[in-house]
Amino acid sequence: MRAERLDVDALLADPSTRIVVCCGAGGVGKTTTAAALGLRAAEVHGRRTVVLTIDPARRLAQSMGLSELDNTPRQVKGIDVDSGGELHAMMLDMKRTFDEVVQQHTTPQRATEIFANPFYQAMSSTFAGTQEYMAMEKLGQLRATEEWDLIVVDTPPSRSALDFLDAPARLSRFLDGRMLRMLLAPARSGGRSMFSLVTASFGLFSRTVQKVLGAQLLTDLSGFVAALDSMFGGFRQRADQTYRILQDPQTAFLLVAAPERDAVREAAYFAERLVADRMPLAGLVLNRMHRTEAPGLSADESEAAADVLAAAGDQPLTATALRIHANLVRQTEREALVAATFTDAFPTVRTVSVTAQPADVHDVDGLRTIGTLLA
Amino acid sequence: MGERVNRWPARLHVVTGKGGTGKTSVAAALALGLAAGGRRTLLVEVESRQGIAQLFEVEPLPYKELRIAKVAGGGEVRALAVDPEEALLEYLDMFYHLGAAGRALRKVGAIDFATTIAPGLRDVLLTGKVKEATTRSQEGRRAYDAVVLDAPPTGRIGRFLNVTAETAKLAKVGPIKTQSEGVSSLLRSPITSVHVVTLLEEMPVQETLDAIAELSALHIPVGRIILNATRPALVTTGKVTKAELKRGLAEAGLPTDASTVNGLATEVRAHLTRQELEESLRTELTETGRPLVELPLLPGGVDQAGLDELAAVLMRA
Repeated sequence: MRAERLDVDALLADPSTRIVVCCGAGGVGKTTTAAALGLRAAEVHGRRTVVLTIDPARRLAQSMGLSELDNTPRQVKGIDVDSGGELHAMMLDMKRTFDEVVQQHTTPQRATEIFANPFYQAMSSTFAGTQEYMAMEKLGQLRATEEWDLIVVDTPPSRSALDFLDAPARLSRFLDGRMLRMLLAPARSGGRSMFSLVTASFGLFSRTVQKVLGAQLLTDLSGFVAALDSMFGGFRQRADQTYRILQDPQTAFLLVAAPERDAVREAAYFAERLVADRMPLAGLVLNRMHRTEAPGLSADESEAAADVLAAAGDQPLTATALRIHANLVRQTEREALVAATFTDAFPTVRTVSVTAQPADVHDVDGLRTIGTLLA
Repeated sequence: MGERVNRWPARLHVVTGKGGTGKTSVAAALALGLAAGGRRTLLVEVESRQGIAQLFEVEPLPYKELRIAKVAGGGEVRALAVDPEEALLEYLDMFYHLGAAGRALRKVGAIDFATTIAPGLRDVLLTGKVKEATTRSQEGRRAYDAVVLDAPPTGRIGRFLNVTAETAKLAKVGPIKTQSEGVSSLLRSPITSVHVVTLLEEMPVQETLDAIAELSALHIPVGRIILNATRPALVTTGKVTKAELKRGLAEAGLPTDASTVNGLATEVRAHLTRQELEESLRTELTETGRPLVELPLLPGGVDQAGLDELAAVLMRA
């Protein structure tokens, strides 16, 4: 069974589509797809659109006027706005977003203490999942302003592409964990010593931690968790809220893949996960699919003809052209097989293929071309 | 055998690259190649991705060094998926003989906590395990002739390998600091070599150049650039005219209708654009002065035979 074609234009034109999340493995053209979708929504469908990117290639970012990571949407100039649409783009500044969340949930004095703590500094820039969590936090913020007709999100290049779904839950589980409770016990009881409430396992635990980590590290850690404590409720509430926004039918998840085994396997894994989490999966974008411009000539006959011409020796350019064609035909056949592993497993997921471009896209014209191919 | 040692002189080979460039396959092929001639190598992954198990089509790897392939000549490759929690428990046990206390730590979630809140600590544990395997001796000889690490991607490799800097922010004295200093000096010694896998595409090449600059600044030895999935060049000297194509097709007895001729002309144009781009990318890579190894594209995907083929190419390089 052949999957139905995904109608990207219908999705972008529908006023009830408010968020499009592009997800997939690293290196499959997620950022380019997100930018091309945003541009098309603005130019063709007249929507006030913002594209949230995580880590765009330098030249693509520059082409959209994103020269710095300043965490605010910037209007993209030089696009066709006859339809009344607008395109804005922003790059996520993970640390700044985290700082803002902290500021919002605590007093200025506490915030200053938190910012100075080495554990906060480590966590806000490197905590596994912070980038994912902050991307979702920023999405929640953009959505809450009601300023945008459409928000297109490019998900972080995670080691596992699913991290961004789990990040809010992981962070809130972490903040809610028993370990944190233990570290907080003295702060809550008003005791001076960090481990003043000595229970059997707790004494063992504190001795071990002291031995391994040293007292200075414990002091920093205890200060950090005490400061974070004031923000527990807020953090968890936000994480739950974001998760619900993602589940809402106004959100559309687009899987992005390239015709390579790993990328397609990742997309399949993602599709399963989205279904299990009851997330609205709109379809699959298969980037970098090759196509032949002379479908009448098979690979075998082209190659045979190239051999004949090469032997005769007087048409070398045509012989090379035929070999280029034969390679291309074989490549399209291989790609179709790889793509079929997904469509066979998920026959109901709509799919659109985007033809490979000879060179990377790094200007608005290139994005427009991709948008046309997508639609 | 001596020759192989000269060509791949390090004992710890760290393989990085942008996501999607095939670094896991390249790491596996390198481990296979270095195991030739009756040697024993260890292939390590650290990102809980189970990429090695998927590649070799076996059950997910436990935290144990298990043989994953036999190599002609009596060699073998073992594989290990390092799990940060297990590594921490092992580390605690080794240095503190914790036993029950270690289990208690796990029960209260301390391990999860410690490896979550301070990724620098986690990386020290991961690289610490790699160091331990690289330097381990058994009955007077090295446990492994070579260790190949399927490392985090280029975007995170500098931070991952620069362990002392990351942990120094948190632990200013104590055993963790000592541990990270040991790892750091191994990673900066000639025992280590970091190889970067790339494709002839703009973003992977850019990340390769960035990673090499970053690693060099950290004084971590960079080995080779491994150009993966290359195709034999179909060099064409220039644009072919449609009239010429038409004559050629006629001579070969193929259809000469306008759509076939135009189609072929379009394909040749796209090929030329691609070829020029690839040439300029190749030049950029060459200009780094690092030795370049090219691995062929395996059209059917990377299976066991494919890995052996890649291993052979690597060992000739």
